[in-house]
Amino acid sequence: MAKQRIKLIKQLCKGCGYCIEFCPNNVFEKSEEITERGVTPPRIKNPDKCTLCGLCTRLCPDFALIIEEDEGDG
Amino acid sequence: MTEEMKHPLSDYLRMDRLPHIWCAGCGLGIILHSYVEAIQELSMDLDKIVTVSGIGCAGRASGYVNTDAFHTTHGRALPFATGISISRPDLKTVVISGDGDLFAIGGNHLIHAARRNVDMLVICSNNFNYGMTGAQYGPTTPLNTRTPTSPYGSIENPFNLVALVASSGATMVSRWTVYHVYHLKNAIKKGLQKKGFSFIEVISPCTTGFGRLNKQTPIEMMRQLRDNTKIMKVHPMEATIDPSTEIIIGDFVDVRKPTYGEILRELEAKAR
Repeated sequence: MAKQRIKLIKQLCKGCGYCIEFCPNNVFEKSEEITERGVTPPRIKNPDKCTLCGLCTRLCPDFALIIEEDEGDG
Repeated sequence: MTEEMKHPLSDYLRMDRLPHIWCAGCGLGIILHSYVEAIQELSMDLDKIVTVSGIGCAGRASGYVNTDAFHTTHGRALPFATGISISRPDLKTVVISGDGDLFAIGGNHLIHAARRNVDMLVICSNNFNYGMTGAQYGPTTPLNTRTPTSPYGSIENPFNLVALVASSGATMVSRWTVYHVYHLKNAIKKGLQKKGFSFIEVISPCTTGFGRLNKQTPIEMMRQLRDNTKIMKVHPMEATIDPSTEIIIGDFVDVRKPTYGEILRELEAKAR
């Protein structure tokens, strides 16, 4: 089975911070980056801690977090 | 969106319309996500669902889903949906709208649609104010809440939406919040499969209007939805709603009654 991982679509993010606040495993953190739309997207700090529970994908109001198949060597 | 990043919900959403117009942290995006995910999990045919919405921020929801959709005039989502439900019983009619549209200008339509038990699912986003026009107070604003039109605090008693709809005769009544995403999705799945008037009230934070004036950040409003809610199976009349102290959430009513369409078709067969 292919490995899965959490992925952030920066074009859709509005920087509300729900993922940083409500992730049970502290996978996300604040970043300094400012995108062309003027928002500060989160950064995936601890990808190894992610259990792919999917809470952030559902709590994200902007459809910006998805669980995708990891094509890399995993 | 680039080719390699195919969104898992891209068959259900109009991806070319995203990002949507709702503010950062607005709960409407979470409601829309729960709705399309419920459709996905039930493997429902998108051509067999009609999404109807009224005016207001929540009214935009019909523009983002890939089902057949109609954006009606202010408060008239339910009359339009009643027409679809009666003339096309093979379709599932879903209304997504806000508290201002469904309970202020459209209040009469709602109680009568519930009284007739028209077969439809109504998802009502309750953000305690008129968000789109500038966060004025409305029929759901809690007592003593500051809004631009009640700078000393609202002096009106708010509606208890679930009690109102249940006493009007709805066959399924639930209240959830945008923090309770799994419960909300399951309630929508139940509503999509149910025959009869189903009503789901979803407490949703208005981050820009309500939050700014009452000195709350989006994250504080979501924490409040997590900490001040209690899941209980009570009579809808006892389901208190006060965002600063206690909100009782849960599935309150689930009964089966003949729908308006069923009775009408029975009558048609008899009269023929």
